[in-house]
This record gives sequence, C-alpha cells and structure tokens, in this order.
Amino acid sequence: MKLIIEPGRSASQYWRELWHYRELLYFLAWRDLAVRYKQTVIGVAWALIRPALTMVVFVLFRRLMGAERSHVSDVLLVLSAVLPWQLFANALSESSTSLINNTNLLSKVYFPRLIIPGASVAAALVDFLITLGLLAVVMMWQGFAPGWTLAALPVLVVATLALSTGIGLFLAALNVQYRDFRYVVPFIIQIGLFVSPIAFASANVPERWKLLYSFNPLVGIIDGFRWSILGAQTPLDRRAVTMSLVITVLSVCYGVWYFRRMERRFADVI
Amino acid sequence: MSVIQPRVVVEGLGKRYRLQHRHDRHTYTALRDVLTDAIRSPLSWLRSTTANVDVEEFWALKDVSFEVGEGEVLGIVGRNGAGKSTLLKVLSRITEPTEGRAVMHGGVASLLEVGTGFHPELTGRDNIFLNGSILGMPRADIARKFDEIVAFAGVDRFLDTPVKRYSSGMYVRLAFAVAAHLEPDILIVDEVLAVGDAEFQQKCLGKMGEVARSGRTVLFVSHHLATVENLCHRVMLLDRGRVKLIGEPGEVIAAYVNHAAPASVTPLLDRTDREGSGVLRFAEVRLLADDGHAVQGFVVGDDAIFDIQIRNLAGQAHRSVHVSIGINSAMGQRVTTWSTSYAGGDLPVTPASDFVLRVRLPRIALIPGSYTYNLFATVGGDVADWLLPAGAFEVGAGDYFGSGQLPGTRDGTFISDHSFQLT
Repeated sequence: MKLIIEPGRSASQYWRELWHYRELLYFLAWRDLAVRYKQTVIGVAWALIRPALTMVVFVLFRRLMGAERSHVSDVLLVLSAVLPWQLFANALSESSTSLINNTNLLSKVYFPRLIIPGASVAAALVDFLITLGLLAVVMMWQGFAPGWTLAALPVLVVATLALSTGIGLFLAALNVQYRDFRYVVPFIIQIGLFVSPIAFASANVPERWKLLYSFNPLVGIIDGFRWSILGAQTPLDRRAVTMSLVITVLSVCYGVWYFRRMERRFADVI
Repeated sequence: MSVIQPRVVVEGLGKRYRLQHRHDRHTYTALRDVLTDAIRSPLSWLRSTTANVDVEEFWALKDVSFEVGEGEVLGIVGRNGAGKSTLLKVLSRITEPTEGRAVMHGGVASLLEVGTGFHPELTGRDNIFLNGSILGMPRADIARKFDEIVAFAGVDRFLDTPVKRYSSGMYVRLAFAVAAHLEPDILIVDEVLAVGDAEFQQKCLGKMGEVARSGRTVLFVSHHLATVENLCHRVMLLDRGRVKLIGEPGEVIAAYVNHAAPASVTPLLDRTDREGSGVLRFAEVRLLADDGHAVQGFVVGDDAIFDIQIRNLAGQAHRSVHVSIGINSAMGQRVTTWSTSYAGGDLPVTPASDFVLRVRLPRIALIPGSYTYNLFATVGGDVADWLLPAGAFEVGAGDYFGSGQLPGTRDGTFISDHSFQLT
C-alpha cells in the first residue's frame, strides 16, 4: 500500500476510500440517532409525533377550507405527502449543518468528508422508516389496501434522498465558508411546506400555474408518493415527475461536484 | 542512524495560507461581507489581484524534506508556530500541501487529539466503537481488540456509563486506549501525552516504544524534550516552517535549546507593565553558557549565567539594593528564587551609572521544560522595579548525574544530588 500526498492529489482514490470508510457512515448515523433519542422521555416516539401532528393540522385545515374530497380519506391523502416531505426536510436540514456541527472531526482526522452529510441523510432515512409504521397503522385503521403501485415506493424514497443530499451537500459546503446559509435552510423548509402538495392535491392547482408550480422538484416526488401509496387512480402529472427527476439528478451532480471542489479547503477554513 | 527502508519520504513539502487582514474578521466569512464589498466596489474584480494588499501570504511549511525508516521514531520539535502541527496535518491528509509531495509506504493512522469524536452522552462501550471507527479501524478489529482496550484503559466497571460522567483521567485513558490499539504501519502523534497522570503517561510511552519495536514508523511531536530524547531515534527541528536540523536526539535538542531563534519580545526597558519607583530599571537580561556565549536556554547540569543589565536613572549611587529573580514553571508555579538577600548580601553600593549584575548558577538542577522569570529590585526597602514575568527560557534534558540516565518531568519538580551505599 502506497499513499502519495501532493497538491490536487486527493481526488484519485476518493471513491475507493469512501467505500473503505462505509462503516464510519453507519457509526455516525447511529451516533446521531442514539444521541437524539437518548435524553428524551418518549425516545423514538418523537419520530412519529411530528408527522402525526403535522397530519392532524393539515387535515383540520382541509376540513375548514372545505377542500373537495378525493377517492381516499383526507387522513391518507395528507399523510402520504407528509412522510416524504418530512424525509426531505429532515435530511436537508441535518445534512446542511452537519459539517459545522462536526468541526473537530474536520480539523483532527482524515476521512472522505462526504461521510458526514451522508450520515445525516442516513439518520433521516431511519426516522422515515419508523414513520412508515405510522402509515401502515393508519391504512389498517382506514381499511385501505395499497395496490401494485406500492412497488415503486423504494425508487421514490431514493429520489427524495438524492434530492435532499444534492441540495444538502451544496449548502453544507457553503455553510463552512458562509455561516449565513444556516439561516437559509429553515426558510427553504418553511416555504416548501406551503408550495408543495401536502395540504392540497396537485390536481387542484389551476392550469396556468402548473408549469411554474412543477419547477418545485418536490411536486413530482410527493405526487409520486401519493400515486404509489394511494393507488393508480391518483392522477400523476408526467411533466411534473420528469422535471423532478431532472432537477434531482442535476442537484446531485452539482452538489457532489461543488462539495468535492470545496472539500480540500474545509480544514483550513472552518 | 542510517535509514534502512524509508517508510515516509517527504520532498519539498510546502503549505501556504492566505491571511485576510481586515476589520476584526471572524474565522469564517459572512456572505454579508462579500455582498457589501461587492456593492461598495463593484468593479474590484476588474483590478488585478496583486493590487489587493489585504491578503497576506504565509508559508506555514516550506521546503520540508526528510525520510523516516521502518521501525524508526522521528521526533519533531520547534517553537510554537514553527509548523509542527501543520506538517502533521498535511501528512494526515487533513489539509492539502501547496507544493511538494510526501509518499507514505503503508497504512497511516494519526492521533492529533485524544478522543476525537467522543460523544459525552454515549457510553464508554459506544464511544470505543465510534472513536475506533473514526480513526479508521474496521468494526471487526474493534470487536476483536475490545477487551484489550478496556483492560488498557482500566474502565471495565464503567463501560455502560455515559462518558460525560467519567473523570477527566478516565476519559483520557479510554481515548488513548482506543488509539493505542490501532495497528498502522505509520503512526502520527501530536502532543497528546500532556494529559493524564504520570503513571498513565508512562504506560502510553511504553506503548509507543512497543509500536516502534514491532517495526512500525512513528512521527512524534512534543514540547516535552525529555520524552523526545528518550523515545526518538532521530529528531527534526523545525523553525519558521523550515527544517533547521535533523539528526541525533541529543545534538538536535541541544541546538534547539541553545540557539533557538530569539523571541521577538519588547525590550525590557520599553515595557510599561511594571511596577516600582523607577529609581532602578531592568534594561536587559542575557543568558550565557559558562563559556560566555549567549544562549536561549540551558541543559540540565550545565553551569549557567544570567547577566542582568540595570539602568540607574537617578544617576547616583544607591545603598541597600536587593535584586531577586523568581523562577516559575510553565504552569506558573514558583520553582525557586535567586536573590541577593540569600546569596549576595546587600550590594554595598551600586555604581552611579548603569551596571550589570551577574548571577552564576552552577549545575542547573531544574527539571527539563519551559520556565519564566520575574525580576524584582528594591532600594532601601522600596520597590524600584518589578517585572512579572521578565522573560522565558528553556531547560533541555541533560545528564545531570553523569549516569547516562536523563532526569525528566516524571521524576518530580526538581533534581537533588544524592548517593546510595550498602551499609
């Protein structure tokens, strides 16, 4: 084994090293989860309470607004959107602050830095898998059986992770240099909650706003989740889905590229 | 010592930092500053970058070349800011060099801090796995060495206690134990042994010696010259980012202690942080070896001379003048006091002009380390001048007893002559 250290060299073995350090990703994600739930009374139940309460608020909101009913209950309609939304929001907010929350790791040990935001996303995924349990319970309570479209769920989860990782990497790297971006993420999440189809269905968006509306990459993803969970009769806008996928792929590529470009300076700047 | 099989080859390594000198800037840039700058001088990007005087280049390392062989322990010494930590960071790949290259033949593990990534909420057991993994140990290896790590740290009763409830000694022991069980070909260690009690330090040093004997290469930074002398096969002296000297430990440490660059301090006479009437003023202190050449420090057992120049501002002779030199350890503790009251009696009458007071110290018996000294003068019982501290000097490890065994910090706080006999 021979290791050469010289300017601009770090790139060559990066992906192999990332694989070598895969266990660290597991340990850091596990640390984040363990610490998060260790000093709480109800522990993991917190992972369920947040989406449950969000769902209740939005269902009440729909009732008050007299929103039109679809083929499934409001509870399922909202929950099937709240889950991917929370996955996206958690993964994004955790990964974007992950580097500045692990300053000592950046300045005292070497490992591929992608591990740090990667672990944040992985921890958010675990929380999401727990909330799928909530979904299963609600489905049983409503007597709703999902159809063959449920098979697409893993793909949609991957797309959500990819989108949040792409944006998260970009913001995490920016945060190292400009701490302002710490304040940008909560703002993105606050706005996103209202411009994404969570309290409403995309079918209710007026036609002339549709194009602008589908520039939000979460539109295609959340609609996809609804289609997958609630069944094939849920309308699915192909254009929105395509745009989501394109934006997701672009954001991952750009996020990784930008992160890799900034990475070699992290220890000097942070 | 000849290098048999180089494990680490460093050629012309350099690391440049750009320092931005602007208003009391935080370590990170705020986007606000970038935006306001852009608004203030929208055309600034058109100007050539050389016009930008705000950026100062600073070479933390420059032209550093050396080799370290298999099973060799290389000590790295130098003053603060000499580039020791930067060198270790570059070799650990935490930061990239600006120029030059280093080739490491084998797996590298670095220990720049004890307990990196330890989480206070997690238990000892959890932290062993977490920390091991951060240091690059595969999980299977950690599991295999788990019992050994616990035994080395001596924390078996507290394995399931969160480390925030550990005493600082236990915390350090556990953290070092994990690192000590890495089995890299090349181990890079920064000043991490300064923590922990003497017994544990001894254990850690033993472990490092063991690592080297098993054919691994160790790069070791320490301020602790006695440890460096005991543990290292060769020592490298860094000075302002460059390799000043590399060779036998005794030789390099002596050079470091005797000829280290004079610190850029305010001349004593210009200092304003002093007390006293000012009838007499300390003007300069020169440290001399017994042959009369100026030095920055001493080796244990050397004869030392302090020449204290005193300015007599009153321009008249004084009676009953006392001068004391208080010696303090790096921890700020008074170690000893040299005073005209003890050894010199009253200086009968001082000259009416400036004069030099010479203090002779046969066979310096201070433990190796850094010391500061205070200067204190009274005239007729009134404080004339008082500087706290007036300066600093280093004491390097030396063969005080002529036995080949060098007294070090572990041996206590001072050295005393003694003898043994069978009766």
